[in-house]
Amino acid sequence: MTAPLDPTAPAVVAAPSGLPAGTIQGRSLGQIAWMRLKRDKVAMGGAVVVVLLILIAIFAPVLVGWFGHPPNEFHQEMIDPSTMTPKGGTGISGDFLFGVEPLNGRDIFSRVLYGARISLLIAFFATLLSVVIGTVMGVVAGFFGGWVDTLISRAMDAFLAFPLLVFSLALIGVLAQFETSLAVKGDTLRILLLIFVIGFFNWPYIGRIIRGQTLSLREREFVDAARSLGARGPYILFREILPNLIAPVLIYATLLIPTNVLFEAALSFLGVGIPAPTATWGGMLSDAVKYYTVPHFMFFPGMAIFITVLAFNLFGDGLRDALDPKSSR
Amino acid sequence: MSERGTPAGAGAAREPLLSVQDLQKHFPVTKGLLKRQVGAVKAVDGISFDVVKGETLGLVGESGCGKTTTGRLITRLIEPTGGKISFEGHDITHMSQGRLRPLRRDMQMIFQDPYSSLNPRHTVGAIVGAPFRIQGIQTEQGTKKAVQEILEMVGLNPEHYNRYPHEFSGGQRQRIGIARTLALKPKLIIADEPVSALDVSIQAQVVNLLEDLQDELDLTYVVIAHDLSVVRHISDRVAVMYLGKIVELADRKSLYESPMHPYTNALLSAVPVPDVKRRKERDRIRLLGDVPSPLNPPPACRFHTRCWKAQEICSQVEPPLLALASGHQVACHFPENAPASGDAGKAPAATDGNGTQEEAAPGEGAPTSS
Repeated sequence: MTAPLDPTAPAVVAAPSGLPAGTIQGRSLGQIAWMRLKRDKVAMGGAVVVVLLILIAIFAPVLVGWFGHPPNEFHQEMIDPSTMTPKGGTGISGDFLFGVEPLNGRDIFSRVLYGARISLLIAFFATLLSVVIGTVMGVVAGFFGGWVDTLISRAMDAFLAFPLLVFSLALIGVLAQFETSLAVKGDTLRILLLIFVIGFFNWPYIGRIIRGQTLSLREREFVDAARSLGARGPYILFREILPNLIAPVLIYATLLIPTNVLFEAALSFLGVGIPAPTATWGGMLSDAVKYYTVPHFMFFPGMAIFITVLAFNLFGDGLRDALDPKSSR
Repeated sequence: MSERGTPAGAGAAREPLLSVQDLQKHFPVTKGLLKRQVGAVKAVDGISFDVVKGETLGLVGESGCGKTTTGRLITRLIEPTGGKISFEGHDITHMSQGRLRPLRRDMQMIFQDPYSSLNPRHTVGAIVGAPFRIQGIQTEQGTKKAVQEILEMVGLNPEHYNRYPHEFSGGQRQRIGIARTLALKPKLIIADEPVSALDVSIQAQVVNLLEDLQDELDLTYVVIAHDLSVVRHISDRVAVMYLGKIVELADRKSLYESPMHPYTNALLSAVPVPDVKRRKERDRIRLLGDVPSPLNPPPACRFHTRCWKAQEICSQVEPPLLALASGHQVACHFPENAPASGDAGKAPAATDGNGTQEEAAPGEGAPTSS
C-alpha cells in the first residue's frame, strides 16, 4: 500500500460503489490532491482570499465606480487646510471607506484597489517568467547532466549572487534616460521592466528545485522501463518526467507569488516602481511614511500587502501538503 | 513448468537465443576537476553464458556482485565496456539505440521495484499501452482492447484500465509491470529481482505467474535474484556470480544438489531451513570478512580471500570456467562434490598446468563449520 494515500483510501474505495456496476473509475493523483486540499480549511481560506483578490483586481474600476472615487481625483474639501491632514483625523466615512490621503485627499479605498491590479499583475507575470525559465533550465540541467548541468548550475549560482536590488535601482534609473526613445513608455514600460527584473532574477530558486527533482526522476525505474521499450529522449522527457514535475512547479509558483508581491512593494517603496500618480501599495507606503500622524494611510496598503502575502502563502502551503504528501509525513 | 530441467546437452545443440561472451562493464572512477580516471569499478568483468530458447537462466549472487549490471547490459540500458552480446544472431553489443529499437520488441525487462517502475502520473492503461505507442504498433482492435487482454492474462481486472498505480498493492503493481513487458510478445525477458521487493506470500504468486506465462507464451527468462529459493523454483540453469565473474554455471538440479564451487556451497548453506530439527543437522558455512571492493578485486580467483580451501595457486592463477561434469561449469582449482570418477581431480590441475597441487580432490565435507 502507498502509505501517504491512506487517509483518502476509504474515499477511493467508496467512490466506485456510487457508480454503475462494472465501471471502475480511477482517481488521478490530481483528483486525490484536490480532495485533500478541500479538507484543508486554512488552505481553502487562503484560496478564497486569493480568488477574491484576483476578482477585486480585475473589477477594480467597477468596484471603485460603486463605492469610491477615481483613484487620482483630488478631494481638497476633505483636507483640513491648516494641518493638511484629513478632516476628522482619517476622513473615513460612507463616502470614503478607507478615508483619504493627507495633502490632496485622494480616496485610499480606490487607490488600494487599483494598487492590487499593479501588485498582482507584476507578481503573476514575474512568477510566470521565473517558472518558465526555471523549469526549462532545471529540466535541461537535470535531464542532460554533464557539462550542461555544470554550466546551468554555475549560472544559477551567479544569478543568486547578483545584487538584484542595486541592479534594479540602477537599471530603472538608466532606462528612464532613454524612455523617450523606447517603443513603450510610462507605466507600461515600468511594469514590463519590473516583471523582467523580478522574474528574470528569481528563476534559479525554482530552477534548482526542478533540477533536483529531474535528477531523481531520471533515475527512477519507470524511465529505464521506457528506455528499454525503445523510447527516445523527447518521449521520456515529455511523457515520463514532465508530468511528475507539475506538482512542484505549481507549489513553488504559488509560493513565489507572495515573495514577488513583497519585492514589487519594496521596489515601489524605494521609488523605482511604478511612478506617481499611479497607485501602488509600495508607493502608498512610501508616501505614508511622511505622514505618521495619520496612521490609516499606512494601515490600508500595509494590510493589503499583508493579506495578499498571507493568503498566497497559506494556499501554497496547503497545496504542497495536498500535492506532495511525503513532505508532511 | 511442464518442461522442467531442460538438459543442458540438448540445449547446447540448439541455437542460443542470447549469447554473452566475455562481457565487461567497468565504471570509471574519476577525480578532480579534469575528471581524471583514477580507477574503475569492475562491476562485470568477463562473463560468458548462453541462454537457449524456452529455458530459464537464474543469475544469483550477493549484493554488488554485478548481476543487475549484467541485466542492464543485456538490455543495453548501459553500454558494455567489452565483450559481446548477441541476441538472435544479431550482435547488439554496441548497436545504436535507433537500430536496437525494433529488436527491443523481442527483449524486455521486468524491474525490481514495483513502486518505482510505474510512472505515478500514468494510468494502468497508459503504462501497459506504452510499448505499443513507443514502438508505433497498431493492434487489430485498438490498443485498449489489447491492453485489457494482457491485464487479464496477468491476473488483473481489465476494468482497472483507468486506474492509477498508487491504487494497487505491491504484487498487483508488479503484475502491471509484467503486463507491460508482455505487451509486445517478447521472446526474452530479463527479470531483475522480480519478486525481491514483495512480501513472501506475494512472491510465490508472482513467480508462479511468471512460470505460467512462460508455458503459455513460450518465453525465455533470465532471472536475476539473490534469493536462492526463488531461483531454484524458477530456473532451469543457474549461474552464480561473485564480484563480477561467474564462478559456477550448472543445471538447477546439479547445482543445488552437488555444488562444486566453495562459494556456491557457502551460499546454499545460508539458505534458511524452515524445519527446526533439520536446521541443526546441516553445517552452516560462515564466510569471513566482506566482499572485497570491485574497485580493486583480489587477483586470480576473486574468492580466495574468503575461501577456506584457498591455497597459493588461488591467488596466482585464475581458475577458468570449465565443464567438470556434463553441463556443470565451475571456476575453481579445488572444486567440491567433484564427480566420483578420478578425472574430476585432474581436470582443473591439468588446465592450469600446475601438477603440484594434487591435494585438490579430497574436498568433501571440509568446510569450517560452526
